[in-house]
Amino acid sequence: MSSEYASSTRPQSGAAEVVPSPANEPSFRGRSLTSEALRRLRRDKMAVAGAIFLLLVATVSILAPLLAPQDPLEINLSQRLVPPGTSGYPLGADQLGRDMLSRLIWGGRISLLIGFSAVMMAMGLGVFIGLLAGFFGGKTDTVVMRLIDILMAFPAILLAITIVASLGPGLRNSMIAVSIVGIPYYARIVRGNVLSLREQEFIQAARVIGGRNSRIIIRHLFPNTLAPLIVAATLDVGWFIMAAAGLSFLGLGAQPPTPEWGVMLSEGRQFVRNAPHLSILPGTAIFLVVLALNFLGDGLRDALDPRLRE
Amino acid sequence: MTRYVTQRVISLIPVLIGVTLLVFLVMQLAPGDPAQIMLGPKATESSLAQLRHELGLDQPIYVQYGRWLTRVVQGDWGRSIQLKREVLPFILERFRNSAYLMVLAVLLACSAGIPAGIISAIRQYSLDDRVAMILVLVGFSIPIFWLGIMLQIIFGLKLGILPVSGMQSPGQTGMLDLLKHLILPAVALATGATAIIARMTRSSMLEVVRQDYIRTARAKGLTERTTTGRHALKNALIPVITIVGLQVGYLLGGDILIEIVFSYPGIGLAMVNGILARDFPLVQGAILLVASSYVLINLAVDITYAYIDPRIHYEQ
Repeated sequence: MSSEYASSTRPQSGAAEVVPSPANEPSFRGRSLTSEALRRLRRDKMAVAGAIFLLLVATVSILAPLLAPQDPLEINLSQRLVPPGTSGYPLGADQLGRDMLSRLIWGGRISLLIGFSAVMMAMGLGVFIGLLAGFFGGKTDTVVMRLIDILMAFPAILLAITIVASLGPGLRNSMIAVSIVGIPYYARIVRGNVLSLREQEFIQAARVIGGRNSRIIIRHLFPNTLAPLIVAATLDVGWFIMAAAGLSFLGLGAQPPTPEWGVMLSEGRQFVRNAPHLSILPGTAIFLVVLALNFLGDGLRDALDPRLRE
Repeated sequence: MTRYVTQRVISLIPVLIGVTLLVFLVMQLAPGDPAQIMLGPKATESSLAQLRHELGLDQPIYVQYGRWLTRVVQGDWGRSIQLKREVLPFILERFRNSAYLMVLAVLLACSAGIPAGIISAIRQYSLDDRVAMILVLVGFSIPIFWLGIMLQIIFGLKLGILPVSGMQSPGQTGMLDLLKHLILPAVALATGATAIIARMTRSSMLEVVRQDYIRTARAKGLTERTTTGRHALKNALIPVITIVGLQVGYLLGGDILIEIVFSYPGIGLAMVNGILARDFPLVQGAILLVASSYVLINLAVDITYAYIDPRIHYEQ
């Protein structure tokens, strides 16, 4: 997990807050933190390249039924293991003659879906737990932190494997497993932020005017924990994609014939001598998507907290 | 220092108990009846009931956990269903094999990551720095199981200079043969750790070179080499030691994937084969051993860090 990137505890405002404009920095006048961060992000060429690539992959994945030249599950034994460049098979075919390009396009759909849904699930539960533990403190915090300590006592991929061992192999279970692995990391980020935020004046003020706990948590604390979460989530989508592909590669995640990149890599490995493209292509796809996510995540981190650039 | 170490060791006990509880419960929740798996599909109802009684599976879950934990502490980790042998000696033997791989991976990661981080920091914003930082992101992003396959294709199949699977060639027992088998998996395993160590070394160096005592060293006329080598580097490496220690823990996870790629007979290969064969005693033992090692490695890292940087245990 890349939670080490998300150490920023700088409170962020809602979109309406305006950065005070010192006289010697006229360019900041009237800009919100969000627009300032976006401006900085746009100047980061690697982050922009990452975002464009991801947008492209997402578009192709969404339009998979229209763009994929063939059915990714259609077997054509006469074309088995044909190399890239073969007529009708621009990226070759696998051991059952299935079109690699079509399988890669559909695989992108599954991998992105796993990555983003797992992050959303992990973040949703992690934020909920972190907000409660940080806000209420005391026994709630102690119990939550001990549970988090136990979950974090496992190397991430080992915990995912442990959970899959219990739930049984499969795409859905591997998604649940990697989500559970992510929960303690988000809970810790949010709890840390809430611990410092709850002592600040705007929270005290909300209490003084009679704000209910739920309102303080939802309206005041939660928005202020978003910036480090966005960075962590962007960097973690890549990790989730890799972890889910890793589980599929081990035979514990998605199962054949699902066109998932990890499964394709696992199946292709058996034909590495005669048809290395079966291993090279899905791995390259995972690598490029994760690299693009890391470029974007790094750019976001620098844009949201330029002090971390150093 | 002794007080700090004692406190850390005591705080570890509930975590270790939690780890055993989680491993136990997770295996309890696994689908399938262990008695049925052990006796096979043709077992009669009476023999199943008898085995369940012998294994204590008819007892309440907390009793089962208590018995299991007592046996684990006494060194009885059960028998593997698939291998028909004691779990503990088998997984310890496999763990030793994995340790060879991880030690080499850590050495490779340090010897590449620390110099890369130092050069990057000294030449901040230069072409070298930018290239190094892009390579760091590449290192983060490469799926190690895929990198392993690529190394197999290039160095094993195309160039034919290194073995692509196993731990020793048939009939060979020498260290040189072992080392040859370890190189490719260790390089693949070390890539992510190298990237993290390089990045941490760079940021730590950048932080240290801005300190007053470095300015003082320069002001009194020391050469850049002496300032960097004798004053900056020593202090910059303190947080790097923690990161290196943590990487050992993370490598325990990556090792599982790498062992599958290279058919390396370590704890990861045993664990995954155990899961696929539903050999629960083996899986339970392997997970417990790896997780406990991870906890103990983190403890060792904390203590080392406190020893090197006394501010840590004074603050406690």
